[in-house]
Amino acid sequence: MNINLIKPNKENLTSFVSIGILFILVGFFDFLANTFLNLNFTAFLPAGVSYFTPIILGLIGLHFIRIEYSGNILLDKINANFNSSNFNALLSLFVIFTLIKFIPALLNWFIFDANFAGDTKQDCTSSGACWVFVKVWLNRFVYGMYPDTEQWRINTSFFILFVLVGAAFFVPTKFKKYLLIFLLFVYPIIGLKLISGGDFGLKYIETGAWGGLSLTFIVSAFALILCFPIGMFLALGRRSNLPAIRYSSIGFIELWRGVPLITVLFMSAVMFPMFLPDGTYVDKLIRVLVAITLFEAAYMAEVIRGGLQALPKGQYEAAKSLGMGYWKMHFLIVLPQALKLVIPGIANTFLALVKDTPLIFVVGLLELAGMVNLAKTNPEWLGMAMEGYVFAGLVFWVVCYAMSRYSQNLEKKLSTER
Amino acid sequence: MSKIIELKNVNKWFDKFQALKDVNLEVNQQEKIVICGPSGSGKSTLIRCINRLEEHQEGQIIVDGKEISENTKDIEKIRAEVGMVFQQFNLFPHLSILDNCTLAPIWVKKLPKKQAEEIAMENLKRVQIVDQARKFPGQLSGGQQQRCALARALCMKPKIMLFDEPTSALDPEMIKEVLDAMVDLAKAGMTMIVVTHEMGFAKEVADNMIFMDEGRIVEKAKTKDFFDNPKSDRTKLFLSQIL
Repeated sequence: MNINLIKPNKENLTSFVSIGILFILVGFFDFLANTFLNLNFTAFLPAGVSYFTPIILGLIGLHFIRIEYSGNILLDKINANFNSSNFNALLSLFVIFTLIKFIPALLNWFIFDANFAGDTKQDCTSSGACWVFVKVWLNRFVYGMYPDTEQWRINTSFFILFVLVGAAFFVPTKFKKYLLIFLLFVYPIIGLKLISGGDFGLKYIETGAWGGLSLTFIVSAFALILCFPIGMFLALGRRSNLPAIRYSSIGFIELWRGVPLITVLFMSAVMFPMFLPDGTYVDKLIRVLVAITLFEAAYMAEVIRGGLQALPKGQYEAAKSLGMGYWKMHFLIVLPQALKLVIPGIANTFLALVKDTPLIFVVGLLELAGMVNLAKTNPEWLGMAMEGYVFAGLVFWVVCYAMSRYSQNLEKKLSTER
Repeated sequence: MSKIIELKNVNKWFDKFQALKDVNLEVNQQEKIVICGPSGSGKSTLIRCINRLEEHQEGQIIVDGKEISENTKDIEKIRAEVGMVFQQFNLFPHLSILDNCTLAPIWVKKLPKKQAEEIAMENLKRVQIVDQARKFPGQLSGGQQQRCALARALCMKPKIMLFDEPTSALDPEMIKEVLDAMVDLAKAGMTMIVVTHEMGFAKEVADNMIFMDEGRIVEKAKTKDFFDNPKSDRTKLFLSQIL
């Protein structure tokens, strides 16, 4: 029998695959023993070689099973996807070994060695995460310093929002328009009034006490809704034929894009009140909202302008030739197409906006990340930064991922391509 | 027959380049004019000046008794009466075929939706794509798209139709279906100005032919005279090359 070890072939398929699998298994066994049992079978080799034995063995094994058109569907699939060349085999092994090494450690920290029971830091005895911290502080993380007895007001307003948004998906198209107008123009006032109070026998709760995840949502939602139309008009303004409008749009956009958000917020908190006449007072939260909205509107304007520029000139000409004026042309023909083109960019800006909200800590407002920051400096809970930030990161990720998915769905839904 | 379009000594520049030089033209109601000429001769610019997609700098353009000028309010009214079909179709890709046709009647002419749809279906039937009404432009062939563009323009009930090389972007097989629709329209008595290289169509439909070169109208003649007995040498050369 003539077996060429350098070029595995189909004739000796079984022998090659058996030898290959043997090598791979030995490699994995070595690796697992090393990682989980602290046994090093290859200690007799020089340290550098010993460390890499699993990968070397795996590579030899993968080399033996790399047989093209073997006829075995599973083998062909593995070769095509993980093992198409020595380099790819190396990468595959590296990724698999890395995952094996880190996933159990992560799972241990997150779940198996984590502490869930108890109310104080002293209850966290095992080596994993101390979720007790998050559990105890959850109320603060969600509602900030909002008084416990009044939290039903936040719950109610968010509940109404969810019901309205849910309803918007199911009501007939005829009523959708009215529901949308209500959602955009009437609901925000009701919601804000319910949360801030001061009338109708509701206790007034100053915005300084608002905080946590609910404040993240409030700030994000208002900024999202407001920055979009402002950005749209700025984008149109920047392309206007009227010099006054064009140059003021350019000036506005470049000014706000050129400064960091944190300075804008700082200015809104410290400088802005100085320009107001004595005795007038604009609420901190309102000032922050305006600052974030204008800041993001400048970015939004440039994103939308990108879409406007991508539209062929023929669309404008066709609209004009049908007798449409500037506004009809833009709202019926140009913007629907341009906005659809830049959904990914708009989603990008919205996600950035949500993740920018923690910066409002500079004016003393503490949303989710701010509350975590506060909680971890509590003398009874020192050393809980990791748990707190991982929790905040996860919550932000879930929110942002949901928005990202929604934008992808929207893209698909609005597509009129073939 | 009465004049519906009149151009007097029209001059137009793109920066330093003069695109139209002293153009004079009169078009009567129901007249069909075909404009031909080499590329860059100003044919498209000429008809685009008639609905002010391009601005002229000197001279007068009078459409349906109104002079075209800087006054935008008038411009939109005139544009609503002057239909245009483009080389690249320029359908609105985000709207269905039917919505493409009803959009302007509803929003510009303020027709009720139902009436606009009736008119749209009528015109789609006329260009024989009524069965495609619910589809989107991207789902249609080039010829179908161009016929839809024709129907869209007709839905505004225009007094004049301008065609800017309507078949130049089409596959050879689809040219005929578009030309047939245009012949039908001509027979129905529409005033038409057509920029095209389709000389067969010109012979069949045109009352007058115009030959342009370097921004000037070199020759204007009755269709039969134009082809049988061209006067200028430039026209003879052009005709010898394309016929």
